[in-house]
Amino acid sequence: METPLIEFRNVTKRFGEKTVLDNINLSIYKNQVTTIIGKSGTGKSVLLKHIIGLLKPDEGTILFQGKPVNEMKKSEWEAHRDRIAYLFQNNALFDSMTVMDNVAFPLRQTTGLSGAEIEKRAMKRIEDLELVEAVRKFPSELSGGMQKRVALARALVTDPEIVLFDEPTTGQDPIRKNMILSMVIHYRRKFGFTAIMISHDIPDVFFISDRIVILWEGSVGFEGVYEDALRSKVPMIDEFLRSLDGFQDELTGLLSREAFKMHYAAMLGSTTTEANFSAALFSVRLYLLHEALGPQAAVEALRALGEYINKHFNHIGMFSARQSRDEILTIFPHKNIDEVRQLVADFSQELEGGAIDHIKDIATAGADADTCFDIYIRAGITEISPEDTIDQIIDNARAKQEIIVTHRCDFGGIEQ
Amino acid sequence: MEGTGLDTDKEQFAGEPAAFRESHGSAGAAVVGPAGVSNTAMSFFSFIGTWGLRVLGNFGAIAVFFSLAFVNIFRRKQLREITNHIYYIGAKSSLIVMLVALFTGMVLGLQLFYTLVKFGSVGALGSAISLSLVRELGPVLTAIMVTARAGSGMTAEIGILRNSEQIDALYTMGIDPVRYLISPRIAASIISFPLLTAFFDLVGIIGGYLTGVVLLGTNAGTYFYRVQSSLGMLDIRGGFIKSLVFGAIVSCICCFQGYFCHMRTDGFGAKSVGLATVSAVVLSCVMILITDYVVTSFLM
Repeated sequence: METPLIEFRNVTKRFGEKTVLDNINLSIYKNQVTTIIGKSGTGKSVLLKHIIGLLKPDEGTILFQGKPVNEMKKSEWEAHRDRIAYLFQNNALFDSMTVMDNVAFPLRQTTGLSGAEIEKRAMKRIEDLELVEAVRKFPSELSGGMQKRVALARALVTDPEIVLFDEPTTGQDPIRKNMILSMVIHYRRKFGFTAIMISHDIPDVFFISDRIVILWEGSVGFEGVYEDALRSKVPMIDEFLRSLDGFQDELTGLLSREAFKMHYAAMLGSTTTEANFSAALFSVRLYLLHEALGPQAAVEALRALGEYINKHFNHIGMFSARQSRDEILTIFPHKNIDEVRQLVADFSQELEGGAIDHIKDIATAGADADTCFDIYIRAGITEISPEDTIDQIIDNARAKQEIIVTHRCDFGGIEQ
Repeated sequence: MEGTGLDTDKEQFAGEPAAFRESHGSAGAAVVGPAGVSNTAMSFFSFIGTWGLRVLGNFGAIAVFFSLAFVNIFRRKQLREITNHIYYIGAKSSLIVMLVALFTGMVLGLQLFYTLVKFGSVGALGSAISLSLVRELGPVLTAIMVTARAGSGMTAEIGILRNSEQIDALYTMGIDPVRYLISPRIAASIISFPLLTAFFDLVGIIGGYLTGVVLLGTNAGTYFYRVQSSLGMLDIRGGFIKSLVFGAIVSCICCFQGYFCHMRTDGFGAKSVGLATVSAVVLSCVMILITDYVVTSFLM
């Protein structure tokens, strides 16, 4: 069995009379994104602060790669701590320094790199987070969302192995929320860090999380993958998860997953077994687009796709929702597979006639004029039988996916 | 921070002086009296004991805090920060220090002239002014002025860094907050205080010259001859020793008050920064005068 990277064993933390963490047992594994959710005041930030050593447990032990922290030598603990970066809930930016100085500060203080190299690395992160115009500004001159991105740039500038994100997307608009989460997953793929995140951004946070931990009344209410949490049907947790999930996916304007399920159940309940149902799964390769054009362009492309699906299909009685970060499932009630093929063909013509150019414009807005890239939009069409679950529909449709729209770079380029 | 309040912050100084934590921990200890001892007496002794332990604990904590900061002065990458703080504490305080010095010297010139005239000793004006300035007034008034100008600023700045979690941010980045924030300030104070005292002494003597010689007509040659002949290296060295000690004490107290302002029990948030600043200035001034007496008694 894999040794957890970080393990809480019977950890209790009290502040005066109030027990914030009550006998917590929790494991965090290497190279995974673990998301901690829970109501306000349940000790999520306190939990993160225990990991970095800002707080110490009253009872119990925290282990790093199987070794108790309280048995480590100071130098050993410091070596562990240097692998961790922390994004504070209130950013904790140095308000007397400019954005550039804030981002470069950890490198200046903890490395022997040359000034030019430090500036180059800091600038890379600043560009990644679209803060170039704010580089000489002070934190007080920035909006809350920009301050959050500066804090994120500072946390990532040292290429840490473990990153603790305390509500990294709070105060951001839907595009930037997704952009930040996209960066988290992108950097995790690229550098292989372990992320521990407090976030309530449904559904994206669940799309990118390998495991979720639900803190409930100071204890771990659930630990595992999101689908298991949904299946567990523990009343309190179920209610909480539903409360997080709104009616609409704020990025694409499509239905939330929960609302989609309700629509799907209602559709099945109100029709006869002979009725025809079909589904189409649309997707754009978000991670490749991110690689080529950066996080904002990738998220903008996904949003544009969602908006076009919404505009084209939903007014004629279809309903759609994102089922993963870059896959949108549309259900076509009372349509057989041939009818759906025709509808998708019409949709692909509309996409080619304008939408793909719009997506391309968004995608290239932040890129160099000579940047070459392709966008491929895929769709898989499948019939639905009444006993199919949504996961089965997705699997069936995914297996039948083919390219329906292409934007090709004139002089080559990679497939997105 | 979620639902944790100040108590959470009370722990946010991992690696900081344990004596401070212990001193605060002991402060709230309940005392249960043995049977037969009156409650009033028990309360009195409990209060004295608690207060005594607290004061002792705080002194211990300040000593540990100072030691940690002092050792870290000699670490890498400190020169730039120290230079910055010398500019802020030293160079930017020099004008106000010289202004105070000028008027102190002028007042001394007036007062001593009219006193010495009664004894027919106006010729000793230069000696009286220079000795009182170099031995006592120079180091003490410089220290008090710098406490008011730069010391209060140190406390407020560090207090705000603490309350906005910027000190915690340093810790999470693997940067020792004491090394980065405190050591350069203490080093800069130890360097700046003697230099400012030297300015004070010089300008004060010129102030005495303005009133004693220019205004009241004492002979200029006599004035400067007396200044030169009465001041020995022992006096100058004593004054500088005092200013060094004051520099260390003032910067340590001011930084300490700001650094631990989140642990105050009499105020939270912005109020705790204000209270810490008041405490830092008052405590620094009191300690300057007490230390002045102690150092003087050793030097005499």
